Amino acid sequence: MLKVENLSVRYGAVAAVRDLSLSVGQGELIALLGPNGAGKSSTINALTGLVTPAAGRIVLDGVDISRSRTEDRIRGGLTSTPEGRHIFANLTVAENLRLGAAIRRDAKGVRQDIDRFLALFPVLSERYSQAAGTLSGGEQQMLAISRSLMSRPKLLLLDEPSLGLAPKIVIQIFDFIGQLKAEGLTLLLVEQNARQALRFADRVYVMSSGTLRFDGPPTGLADEHGLLNLYIGG
Amino acid sequence: MDYVLQQLLNALAFGAEYSLVALGLAVVFSIMGLVNFAHGEIIGVSAYSVFLAAALGLTSPIVAVLLAIAAAALAAVIFERVAFRPVRYAPTTTGLLTAFGVSIVVQNLFMLLISPKPQSVSILNGLNQMWFFGPFAVSSLQVMELVVAGLTILALVLFLNRSTLGLAIRAASRDFATVRLMGIRANRVIATAFAISGALAGIAAVFIIARRGSVSPDLGFSLVLKAFVACVIGGFGSLPGAAAGGMLLGFIEVGLLVALPQEYGGFKDALSYVIIVTLLVYRPEGLLGQRVELGDKEI
Repeated sequence: MLKVENLSVRYGAVAAVRDLSLSVGQGELIALLGPNGAGKSSTINALTGLVTPAAGRIVLDGVDISRSRTEDRIRGGLTSTPEGRHIFANLTVAENLRLGAAIRRDAKGVRQDIDRFLALFPVLSERYSQAAGTLSGGEQQMLAISRSLMSRPKLLLLDEPSLGLAPKIVIQIFDFIGQLKAEGLTLLLVEQNARQALRFADRVYVMSSGTLRFDGPPTGLADEHGLLNLYIGG
Repeated sequence: MDYVLQQLLNALAFGAEYSLVALGLAVVFSIMGLVNFAHGEIIGVSAYSVFLAAALGLTSPIVAVLLAIAAAALAAVIFERVAFRPVRYAPTTTGLLTAFGVSIVVQNLFMLLISPKPQSVSILNGLNQMWFFGPFAVSSLQVMELVVAGLTILALVLFLNRSTLGLAIRAASRDFATVRLMGIRANRVIATAFAISGALAGIAAVFIIARRGSVSPDLGFSLVLKAFVACVIGGFGSLPGAAAGGMLLGFIEVGLLVALPQEYGGFKDALSYVIIVTLLVYRPEGLLGQRVELGDKEI
């Protein structure tokens, strides 16, 4: 589904990501873990095209998208729920969902998808015509993921879905992520919350200081000591 | 009574014109952070298009009105494509200087290709008549200006709230990167914003031509300065703020003209700005603007 080869991202003299290679297979849930500043979000932004990588190749479904615009990558079936949720606070919940489906032309299918997410998250239904900025953090995260899914992506990139949320909400969000995987969606999940991320992950990559430190099954990390060592570069 | 009504209409008509031009500035600023000082030259292109069409034999005022609006929208889109797109991601001062550059180039083109002197255009003079409502005589142009501005703002509100592209423009005013993550093309959102901005300028141009009966190279420049002030009063980037700021500026100016004795009329602009500065001392973010601390980021 997704193949990343020798990706590097630089901000001026600072290298945020160095020579990163990873792959995500059809139907897999891949967790990309690492401490703050490891280069995880830079990797995601390079995948969506919001930052231009200094080097490397990104191949989605056999198509090299390294030079494509963000808009064309989204239209190609990749989508991302950005870190910090980035819901459109000045728009209503309804308008947020509608913009998520902006690239679709099947009004009936869009309507069905909206109904599905409203049934899944009743709070979005209650707040349907309210400004999305009035939602709580957890509700905003539910809206942000629903909005991403409105484009019917093949591959969903989730950047820190647990960021700043109460533990109970985090479990609810991850239950939903597990459900998406069960439905056959391919996911690349970036997280600091390793415990939750490992619940459903098929494979794990661990980054630190811009480079890949680990690549393997979650059982390879079962020892929390090992993960800690990877985090601090031991 | 007649006098009060006349001055009230005066204020509303001036306010409507400022609102239209200020909205044009605000639509572009809200999504791009660009203060388009070449907005006046969009009015200029619109006016000179009508002048040229009339010189070439156009006689229908309706066609002239449509031409004015279409030419302005097209000019705005071309300005964006040629001048502003290459500097879209540059610092805001670069965009500002680019806008001044476009303004100067286009004004000089009018001077070189047509004439530095005002040129008479009479095709829209028919819009400027006296209408009699019982004992009251009012200027048809002012009534139309008010009605058309009202309808235009209504159409803009509907567009921004109902259409997907309108929603995208509103969303982009806060978070453009995430709009792109929805697969909505940035170029299309920006081109639409410029087309709207241009069309608003074209509508204003129609009324300017009808009132002055002539066109000159610096036709729109001072009006854009007024519109800029209207935006500042209303809160820069806020569309309702731009409309309200324009109206308020119209009322301040006409109110001062009425209140000042004849021989002090020349102080109108100076006193307007004193009032505006006083207002900004108490509400530095403008009437409807939001207070943003330096370094604040919306999460």
